Amino acid sequence: MIWQIELIIYILLVASAVLALRVKDLLASVVVLSVYSFGSAFLFAVLGAVDVGFTEAVVGAGITGVLFLAALYHTTRKSKD
Amino acid sequence: MVQKSNSIIVALVSRFMVPFIQLFAMYVIAHGHYSPGGGFQGGALLGASILLLRLTVGEQPSNLVFHTRYGTQMSGFGVFIYAAVGVAAMIGGGLYLDYANLPIAGIEPAKLRSLGILFVEIGVGIGVMATMIAIFDDLARGHFHD
Repeated sequence: MIWQIELIIYILLVASAVLALRVKDLLASVVVLSVYSFGSAFLFAVLGAVDVGFTEAVVGAGITGVLFLAALYHTTRKSKD
Repeated sequence: MVQKSNSIIVALVSRFMVPFIQLFAMYVIAHGHYSPGGGFQGGALLGASILLLRLTVGEQPSNLVFHTRYGTQMSGFGVFIYAAVGVAAMIGGGLYLDYANLPIAGIEPAKLRSLGILFVEIGVGIGVMATMIAIFDDLARGHFHD
């Protein structure tokens, strides 16, 4: 395994995790969270767990983003009170 | 309900992509016992392809592919296939999910194990796909239905 690739993936993971917490818009937060899941799928694939990486790419980056989107449709941008 | 996209490019590209996603999902399910992948990943891919249609072309056209009311039934059907293969092995004289004892005549036990795990993966795939779609439909409507 190549440590440069791992370092890049770790930096991407930490940056996207912090960004998903910091960003104001919830839709952008969901998208950044999908980027985090995709980065962790890369990390699993680099570490040799191809099956876990596949599951993470399908479920983490695909399905949970869609489910978060479906939940976001029931929220409003401004709070009532 | 989630409103559909207004962009014709998004609608056309996703409609073009969906058959290829489903074909890859079939490959993942059918090759689950040789290579990475299997019933869960293939079923999640199948569910994701239907969710892509739900998000881009709207609920009515995507109901032609997988109707909203079939979500819960199909997930139960997938679990039924899984359990039926296990019970069929018990009827054949073995333990639960002991594929070598499946009551199919004329196949040697090694081939029978490969065939049995394929049936189980198909059941898991159907169950996971329908559960993903059912969760999304309930979330998008905001109340339970079936």
